[in-house]
Amino acid sequence: MAYLKKSPWIMHYDASSCNGCDIEVLACLTPMYDVERFGIINTGNPKHADILVITGSVNEQNIEVVKNLYNQMPEPKAVIAVGICATSGCVFRECYNVMGGIDKVIPVDVYVPGCAARPESIIDGVVTALGILEKKKAEHKKAQKERKNAGEKK
Amino acid sequence: MNTEQILSALAYVIFAPILGGLVAGIDRKITAKMQGRVGPPLLQPFYDVLKLFEKEKVVVSRSQNFYVLTYLVFMAFTGALSYSGGDILLVIFALTLAHVFLVLGAYSVNSPYSYLGAERELIQIMLFEPIIILTAAGMYMVSKLTIEGGSFRVWDIATLTTPVILYLPGLFLAFIYVLNVKLRKSPFDLSTSHHAHQELVKGVTTEFSGSTLGRIEIAHWYETVLLMGFIYLFFGYNPLIAVAAIIIIYLFEILVDNTFSRFKWPLAMKSAWMIALILGLVNLCALYYVKGGSL
Ligand code: SF4
Repeated sequence: MAYLKKSPWIMHYDASSCNGCDIEVLACLTPMYDVERFGIINTGNPKHADILVITGSVNEQNIEVVKNLYNQMPEPKAVIAVGICATSGCVFRECYNVMGGIDKVIPVDVYVPGCAARPESIIDGVVTALGILEKKKAEHKKAQKERKNAGEKK
Repeated sequence: MNTEQILSALAYVIFAPILGGLVAGIDRKITAKMQGRVGPPLLQPFYDVLKLFEKEKVVVSRSQNFYVLTYLVFMAFTGALSYSGGDILLVIFALTLAHVFLVLGAYSVNSPYSYLGAERELIQIMLFEPIIILTAAGMYMVSKLTIEGGSFRVWDIATLTTPVILYLPGLFLAFIYVLNVKLRKSPFDLSTSHHAHQELVKGVTTEFSGSTLGRIEIAHWYETVLLMGFIYLFFGYNPLIAVAAIIIIYLFEILVDNTFSRFKWPLAMKSAWMIALILGLVNLCALYYVKGGSL
């Protein structure tokens, strides 16, 4: 059943955002937008999260952090890059310490452009990610089965 | 045990999670309304738990899931014991035991946040314990008024014709004060909460994910219904008033949850024990004196 769609828990990580996008992410939780309507909960724990929302571009110092957070999330999981910084690095791309968009480090499923990304488009991004999560779940199940079968053959 | 008791224990094991989940859903809805939001659908807690069971199983330590399963089983067992009318003291200690397993589970993983949560969970157990034991003692004293020799059995206390609340108003207030410890609500949501990301990630539940986390949630629903049963005991003489009291008290606890910020643990500790000592002991002593030492 598609319960994944009904209760996506997100985790928000600020890679090196100017805080503009962070405020917009938090704005989604306010009574004005109230994402809890869709069962979306902002959790601070990667182990409870289904969707990783990253704002800001990756820099040399937080590559490990981003990877670590991503690896700690249980499957199926999706990543949303919020803001143009997270998408491509924006004007900071050329900085000596900036790697660029999040997809330089971990696979990104949804890009939400904008500087700063508007709450509406962030919510839209999360909804898009839900579809992707469903697909990933099917893939994950298939992979698990294959692994099991391979194990039996041995 | 007669068949009636076995049936009510069974009914608890089967229906308590459903009732508890519904209460959690209504709770979230009301909380959202208090904050001027629309809030999630009523069945959201069920969606959450069912989703958790769909997720990948990530295990940090080998014993972790075993402890949580034991926690769930003991929680259901405690409730069944209570709803089948067993000994109230046994219920209290079984409840503590269930929580100890959760703490053990949190200690079995190697994570500072989990440890912090486990320590705070222990503090919460300590907070709650004196009041609930005094309550049991008080109920025993009240039961002596009508039952020869008194009784610690939940069944006897629940069917007392004397209004327990009139004899134990102080203990009742103290019980209401610490109820939020067990409901995991502010100001006593020290060990884990929906709102403490910055400070302790998720406390005791930090290292549990997927179906294990789902089990913790179900155990919490069991506990909610068990606690509601405790409130019932104060009003056993009239089931209608009892149900009304349960609803009003739960609404009150939601209001408290939304108006208070989290206490630091020393304040939580001091205030809870102070209230337990003052209200609880004064209540018991008064009862003893008024009844001329015949209790
Ligand atoms: S996209 Fe704009 S608002 Fe968002 S982090 Fe980058 S610079 Fe800041």
